[in-house]
Amino acid sequence: MLYVVILFLFAAITLYFLLGGADFGAGIIELFTSDDNKHRTRKTMYQAIGPIWEANHMWLIITVVILFVGFPDIYSEMCTYLHIPLLILLLGIIARGTAFTFRNYDAIKDEKTQGFYNHIFVYSSFVTPLFLGIIAGSALSGQIDPTAKDFVHAYVFSWFNWFSVAVGFFTVALCGFLAAIYIVGETDNVNDIKRYIKKAKISNIAAVVCGALVFVASEIEHVGLSHWIFGNAVSLAAVIAATLSLILLWFIISEKRNRQWIRLLAAFQVSMILISVGASRFPRFVIFKGGSSMSLLTDHATVNTIDDLGIGLLIGSLFILPALGYLYYSFQRKER
Amino acid sequence: MDDFIAARSQMALSLGFHIIYSCIGMVMPVFMAISHYKWIKTKDPVYKNVTIAWSKGVAIFFATGAVSGTMLSFELGLLWPGFMKHAGPIFGMPFSLEGTAFFIEAIALGFFLYGWNKLNTWFHWFTGVVVGVSGIASGILVVSANSWMNSPSGFDYVDGKYLNINPLKAMFNAAWFSESLHMTIAAFSATGFAVAGIHALMIYRKRNVAFHTKSFKIAIIFGAAAAILQPLSGDISAKGAAKRQPAKLAAMEAYFHTQKYAPLVIGGIPDTAAKKVNYGLEIPGLLSFLVHDNFKTVVNGLDKIPVKDQPPIAVTHYAFQIMVGIGTIMMFIGILYFIALWKKKDWLKQPWFLKLFIIATPSGFIALEAGWTVTEVGRQPWIIQGVMRTSEAVTKMPGIQYTFYLFTFIYFTLSVFVIFLLKRQIQMVPELYDK
Repeated sequence: MLYVVILFLFAAITLYFLLGGADFGAGIIELFTSDDNKHRTRKTMYQAIGPIWEANHMWLIITVVILFVGFPDIYSEMCTYLHIPLLILLLGIIARGTAFTFRNYDAIKDEKTQGFYNHIFVYSSFVTPLFLGIIAGSALSGQIDPTAKDFVHAYVFSWFNWFSVAVGFFTVALCGFLAAIYIVGETDNVNDIKRYIKKAKISNIAAVVCGALVFVASEIEHVGLSHWIFGNAVSLAAVIAATLSLILLWFIISEKRNRQWIRLLAAFQVSMILISVGASRFPRFVIFKGGSSMSLLTDHATVNTIDDLGIGLLIGSLFILPALGYLYYSFQRKER
Repeated sequence: MDDFIAARSQMALSLGFHIIYSCIGMVMPVFMAISHYKWIKTKDPVYKNVTIAWSKGVAIFFATGAVSGTMLSFELGLLWPGFMKHAGPIFGMPFSLEGTAFFIEAIALGFFLYGWNKLNTWFHWFTGVVVGVSGIASGILVVSANSWMNSPSGFDYVDGKYLNINPLKAMFNAAWFSESLHMTIAAFSATGFAVAGIHALMIYRKRNVAFHTKSFKIAIIFGAAAAILQPLSGDISAKGAAKRQPAKLAAMEAYFHTQKYAPLVIGGIPDTAAKKVNYGLEIPGLLSFLVHDNFKTVVNGLDKIPVKDQPPIAVTHYAFQIMVGIGTIMMFIGILYFIALWKKKDWLKQPWFLKLFIIATPSGFIALEAGWTVTEVGRQPWIIQGVMRTSEAVTKMPGIQYTFYLFTFIYFTLSVFVIFLLKRQIQMVPELYDK
């Protein structure tokens, strides 16, 4: 049952990235859209994510719940040493979720308040995935130092380092990339499609550049990322698959009939990146300074709890997955 | 400010706000589904307008409830890592089920809000019902997690170790039913009175009377019925507290000395140094009767509990008095409403009657916050009753006072915005729904 729980954990993280991440991306794209097109882009984005965004963010709750029920030691260590980035992440989540809802449900749509909601929405859409990435990077960077004596070393340098920050920006770029690719299929306006494809390409380049920076930062901080990834068969295969799908994506992106395919390709690419990193470090989930780590296979709750959690998740997914699938199906834009 | 006090204040603040957002978010969908049903059956467009107007409120409160709930799931770890480390695997079961219920609610809400003219009428209605049902289920599950802290079970605590963990037994602990029942009824009466009060104000000001009258009626029927039932559930809760948390019960009543014919003290100012209550109204024997159904039976007082294991007496006592006092008034208002509904129809339109409900708008939420204070402060100094002290659970990160200030700022801003948005929704009723 432990493996079922771990599978759910990774699935929840991946789905949160692919779905919730794309929602963040919607705000990031809005941030980098010229004022002339902002209104139309916003409308298209809203139609696409309005009905589904609340559900997309539930994957984060599932992730947190799996962690604190199944892996309480890991959860409490992360909460202690990554308190500050988690706090900023939370502020981002609050600001973003409420601004998105408020701007739609404000009965009076005057420019001043709408502008205010827009500001909050786009900046928090940028900050939230940045800190998600920083948290993920910090768990793996080996900079968390439980022996540190002073505040800054214990609670700031654990996450404020080149590697974590680079992972943060990489995450932002990937979210923007996902959103740009997903949105191409949400409109029939030829100019818009061109614009979105251009955005997708730019964000893709940004993601590749940030990805390269992650490797550079890994060298500076002696994280050993290239060693992990190229030294593990699964990780290496996943990276190669991601790269090949990237090349394929650039070839077919401009063809209108390929719009569903490019979505799948983009999602595939991002999943491969997550699998690559996950596989290279598995079962380690948090790595401390000096090389000790916490493992999903040993630092878990008692077998009784894991069994009940696994059964709970399996039963829960029987309800959630069909309903969620039907939600996506019902609000998919009908192709003409 | 001391880090420990800051962490407690931040948690209290977060829960205090979340409880309001989530109660409204779980009860309003029920009102909405009833109005929706009336619209489908009667085809009276006013019901459709009421449904749509309420669904906007639901969307706003769901979003704020969801983000504040997300925050809490992190704050448990951020502020109380020592607690979560041990408690997570024991009382996590209701949380993981709550995750499922909450997920279903979010999916159903997506269907409901965006399904007008797109979905089959009855399927659309059904999704609204699912929002309500899964919302209430989430509430019950979260409260049963809290009840475990009051009445821990499903593990053996041996030499500082938590052994033989049984998550299902922990979930169905002795207090889960009484606490969930009390909370769910409280959510209905508080939200019912609050929603009804706002609509009563609009009727009083003679704005869109048809719209607001229909809204008022749906909301107050639930509010009034819940307010009448609540004392019964309160009685079950108090008896449970007497059995499982005698210190909490004694603090609630500011009951210092163990005795026969234990008196019930109404109001008063507890003097903890002199171990007595000044200016309170004492009714001899009533506490014995309420707790043990017998005026003579001995009730254990605070003198049986070591001082280091006692909760803050004054706060618990005042909060309890506020809750019971307001709850009793609400019960009478509820009875009055049913008298009006069945016997004195003309009351319903009279200004004094409407004013009564306008004044009562916040009453349910004040009582609810007071009740929450009783259960949380009354459990102190324990985070897990009798097993772990709150001070053992707090994070070792210093500087929590600053995050407390930050959260205070955020929650107040958020609430100002929610009130601002609701005001604008109500302000726009004539323009949106009168065409």
